[in-house]
Amino acid sequence: MSSNVPADVLTDNAEGMSYLNRLPRRIMVLYLPLAVFVFVLLFPFYWMAITAVKPNSQLTDYNNYSPFWVVGATLDHIKYLLFQTSYPGWLWNTMLVAVCSTILSLAASVFGAYAIERVRFTGSRSVGLLIFLAYLVPPSILFIPLAFIVFKLGMYDSRLALIFTYPTFLIPFCTWLLMGYFRSIPFELEESALVDGASRWQILVKIILPLAVPGLISAGIFAFTLSWNEFIYALTFIQSSENKTVPVGVLTELVRGDVFEWGSLMAGALFGSLPVVILYSFFVDYYVSSMTGAVKE
Amino acid sequence: MSTVPSGKPPSASIMQNNNLLGFLFMLPAAIFLVCFLTYPLGLGVWLGFTDTRIGRDGIFIGLENYEFLIRDKVFWLSVFNTLLYTLIASILKFALGLWLALLLNENLPFKSFLRAIVLLPWVVPTVLSALAFWWIYDSQFSILSWSLMKLGVIDGPINFLGDPNNARVSVIAANVWRGIPFVAISLLAGLQTIPASLQEAASLDGATSWQRFRYVTLPMLTPIIAVVMTFSVLFTFTDFQLIYVLTKGGPVNATHLMATLSFQRGIPGGQLGEGAAIAVAMIPFLLAAIMFSFFGLQRRKWQQGGQD
Repeated sequence: MSSNVPADVLTDNAEGMSYLNRLPRRIMVLYLPLAVFVFVLLFPFYWMAITAVKPNSQLTDYNNYSPFWVVGATLDHIKYLLFQTSYPGWLWNTMLVAVCSTILSLAASVFGAYAIERVRFTGSRSVGLLIFLAYLVPPSILFIPLAFIVFKLGMYDSRLALIFTYPTFLIPFCTWLLMGYFRSIPFELEESALVDGASRWQILVKIILPLAVPGLISAGIFAFTLSWNEFIYALTFIQSSENKTVPVGVLTELVRGDVFEWGSLMAGALFGSLPVVILYSFFVDYYVSSMTGAVKE
Repeated sequence: MSTVPSGKPPSASIMQNNNLLGFLFMLPAAIFLVCFLTYPLGLGVWLGFTDTRIGRDGIFIGLENYEFLIRDKVFWLSVFNTLLYTLIASILKFALGLWLALLLNENLPFKSFLRAIVLLPWVVPTVLSALAFWWIYDSQFSILSWSLMKLGVIDGPINFLGDPNNARVSVIAANVWRGIPFVAISLLAGLQTIPASLQEAASLDGATSWQRFRYVTLPMLTPIIAVVMTFSVLFTFTDFQLIYVLTKGGPVNATHLMATLSFQRGIPGGQLGEGAAIAVAMIPFLLAAIMFSFFGLQRRKWQQGGQD
């Protein structure tokens, strides 16, 4: 929150021309569009939250109750979700799968990125390019053959299937991101360590990794949210209710026929989003740097 | 990396050592990517030439799947839908995302807080936010219909997802909603690298704000726009989640994308071979996008004076 300063303080040394914009004009061209953007981007979340605590009687009665507000909020939907469905199990599955696949991918990516950037074996440049291309292969063209492989390996309908397939999109991303971080670490540090007789392993563990912690956090956070949000593999590879992840479980088990229980559905969506949102709110800068870093590198 | 001593090339034994080490370090990532990415990619192409079903190994049938697809109206409709969806959603995402990026690049109070909340639609799982859109698009109790009716714009509730064209507009709107933050925040990062002195110099020379945008900001931003939009096009073209939640391809296949059709034929329909063939048909489009990205990256490096 570095820019959180009162607007009347003279902070325009960066934008030397902001004196040209007078206030009424500024409201029309800047604050108003911005407010509309923020409203539109956030409204679905508000709607999700307000629906999750509305009693059923108010949910579809727009004449007697304002739809934008709630009178006498209820926790019934949330209670139903937590105690009468498999929702807690789905949360646990999602957490388990996301954590395991993130750790696996980070470990593989650290070695891969270090090898490509610093060991400089023959062909490391082409391997780097291949990693980037692998990042561009979308899950929606891989899920059918992967389903075939998962089935043949006997991993069908198990969380293991997800833990092993998620790294296919996490490793390319993490490796690509970490390559950028490793590149920014001065080469001289490694050289002096080499001169002092350190092995490659010691250099990696004692010099590179401590310096690359921000990069590791960025990659880890982003990988975690990616695997938390994954849908098509989880939908294809998981059959039984107790192994489902949150996105799949909410969609396939809470949506029954024509009777939509919007309250619990929205509560499910809200609670499924909260873990990533909380994680994101603690590491916004890391998240943004990994997102833009992957694009900018 | 200009500090690397560039005198004699390293001796052969060190090179060999490095190759062995590089190989060992690459091994974990390589095993994963070969087993679960390269091999399935090849297997997918192979499955496209077979009549594999779920629970039964197929035999090679040549181009039969593709011959069937060429005569299949639903397949062509899905190709059309995918192109339409990608084109319109990408243009809107670019225009609105660039606008939002320019707004966020101004001197604002609570700038980093704004940036953080603007990115929320991108962070939240797509399926879960799509569920919220499903509820917003409900045919009877849509809050949108209700608000518009209260404002006197329309008489009856809009059938958002039941009418083919309405459904297309609705899914595109939801996709744009989710994609704007990614484009905006990435372009904002690009905008922040443009030195303010360039803008000041241009304005001293008498450039209007439009001219400053057109002749200073936009050219400086072009390389990153190329990359961001390639990613955006790629994500949109292969989109699956939003459609699967909102319409499952309906009504009357009006919103079926190639990815959702591939899923529907392959997994619930059991025709793995045919599903794989549809997925393979997406590859040429993806390659085109990747080439675009590749040349975008090249140009960027060249502009920054980097080599390699």
